[in-house]
Amino acid sequence: MNEKKTLDDQHYEKIIAEESICTQDHVVYEPPKSAMYETPMHYCPGCGHGVVHRLLAEVIEEMGIIQDVIGVAPVGCSVLAYNYLNIDMSEAAHGRASAVATGIKRVLPEKLVFSYQGDGDLAAIGTAETLHTCNRGENILIIFINNGIYGMTGGQMAPTTLANMKSTTSPFGRDVATMGSPLKMTDLVAQLPGTYYVTRHSVHKAGNVRKLKKAIVKSFEYQKEKKGTCFIEVVSNCPSNWKMTPVESNKWLEENMLPFYPLGDIKTPNQKEN
Amino acid sequence: MRELKLMKGNEALAESAIRAGCDAYFGYPITPQSEVLEYLSREANQRTGMVILQAESEVASINMVYGAAGTGKKVMTSSSSPGISLMQEGISYIACAELPCLLVNVNRGGPGLGTIQPAQGDYFQSVKGGGHGDYKLIVLAPSTVQEMSDFVELSFELAFKYRNPVMILTDGALGQMMEKVELNPQKERKHVELEWATTGRKNGNGRVITSLHLKSEQMEQINIRLQKKYREIEKNEIRYEAVNCDDADYIIVAYGLVARICHKAAELARAKGIKVGVFRPITLFPFPYKELFENVKDKKGILDVEMNAGQMVEDVRLAVEGKVQVEFHGRMGGVVPSPEEILEKLEEKYLGGSK
Repeated sequence: MNEKKTLDDQHYEKIIAEESICTQDHVVYEPPKSAMYETPMHYCPGCGHGVVHRLLAEVIEEMGIIQDVIGVAPVGCSVLAYNYLNIDMSEAAHGRASAVATGIKRVLPEKLVFSYQGDGDLAAIGTAETLHTCNRGENILIIFINNGIYGMTGGQMAPTTLANMKSTTSPFGRDVATMGSPLKMTDLVAQLPGTYYVTRHSVHKAGNVRKLKKAIVKSFEYQKEKKGTCFIEVVSNCPSNWKMTPVESNKWLEENMLPFYPLGDIKTPNQKEN
Repeated sequence: MRELKLMKGNEALAESAIRAGCDAYFGYPITPQSEVLEYLSREANQRTGMVILQAESEVASINMVYGAAGTGKKVMTSSSSPGISLMQEGISYIACAELPCLLVNVNRGGPGLGTIQPAQGDYFQSVKGGGHGDYKLIVLAPSTVQEMSDFVELSFELAFKYRNPVMILTDGALGQMMEKVELNPQKERKHVELEWATTGRKNGNGRVITSLHLKSEQMEQINIRLQKKYREIEKNEIRYEAVNCDDADYIIVAYGLVARICHKAAELARAKGIKVGVFRPITLFPFPYKELFENVKDKKGILDVEMNAGQMVEDVRLAVEGKVQVEFHGRMGGVVPSPEEILEKLEEKYLGGSK
């Protein structure tokens, strides 16, 4: 065993033994304690879902809104989000998360409701529900995870799959002439008067993670003020179905996804209201 | 004495939803039931604060119902046949997640876009489970405007008692016809905290509304629980009406609007000396198998009359298990049979033709 240890391992073991740095005083990061279950996730290594789940849990704890939040997770990789987020949640049929969230919010207008949807769900089968929910300006937060592929069913083409990008159903690359162009749902919903705050983020770098967290906080604040629909797209990865290592997938995301889906706010409340 | 009014069936149903303390209605226009949405849009919110939302589709409506019902509120939707077809996926989810709610189908003629005239072609869809998987709705079939009204409160009671979706299966004629109706007094809308409802995390872990159980053994347990509940419903909730069956030689079996026409046919028959009674299932699920059998076991024959190609007649045959002759007469595509026509069929099937 010993000879298999790297120099790094030996180095840290020595420090731990000698200086006993593993004390509460030295903790720099802990997972959320109450809004999240202590359980392994089913997500593939390197997948962005885990990070976004954790951010949601952090925000819910830090804002002290655990008793007010109701989440909706539709069919897709994240349909089991309620196994990780320890909050009241509803599963939804494929594409119907924003309709389910509308139903909840309309009868419990003082609660904070969010949906957590993938690209197939939100931008293909649920396009009508997404547009109309945003158009009615439902006071909910829609979190839209866009990794350009159907993850749960094994890597088929999504409405957001990039031009020429390969998937199991576009094995020679997405041919926009016959398969249509990738759909920029976030830019689309930003056109609707019902949306109040529309923004695009990623979690592939620490700085981006911090920015997303701020956007989630803002969105819940706006929801409390009944400002309208908040819509956050998270450009994410799918190492398994992109057939890349996590590191490669983040690099690919930066080089290919972000030029087409540029990060940043698309619609913000005007200055006066702020 | 309850308040007496002259109302359309659809409006009486809508009014009764307000009075039952319903919290929310999500729906989409479709003939012949648009009056429900219209009436509620006009009346409901200002009177009780009830949420009324015209959705972008029936698919959205039923999923809004799913979301709102998950909070433990009294929630409903209504539609007509093609719209109800669109809702089937959502209804299956609601049944599995065991959410109480009221669904109303003002049945019109099909298949396809069909016609806007009354029909009963959705019996199978309503009673045998129109969506995927093994599930049951409690199905109530009114035959008068009065019952269109009364069944609303009853539906909510049953829905919450069993945590099960309840369907009122009516038709375009009952929805559109005007009759006098005695209305229930206004009930207060009140929020009741239910231990399963998702209203924001309380003590303990987050609550979850779901129909997803990936492990087959677990999914089987869910099914076993559902089936147990359905057996309980079959034990407790059978409703039917047997009119002049005791001394009758022949029994006409019919539900909803058709049962009323059959009463007239039975009257005409008795005037001619043919003893006819009418058996009307009120709950289509649970179906009154035993009760029907008790009423027909010593009779000369049954005529089942429906506005379809013969759907409930399968349950009638199951009920009598071949011990009594069962004949069927049906009109389709929105055509309503006349009393004379029904009597003629009875005479033709059992008495060698009209006397």
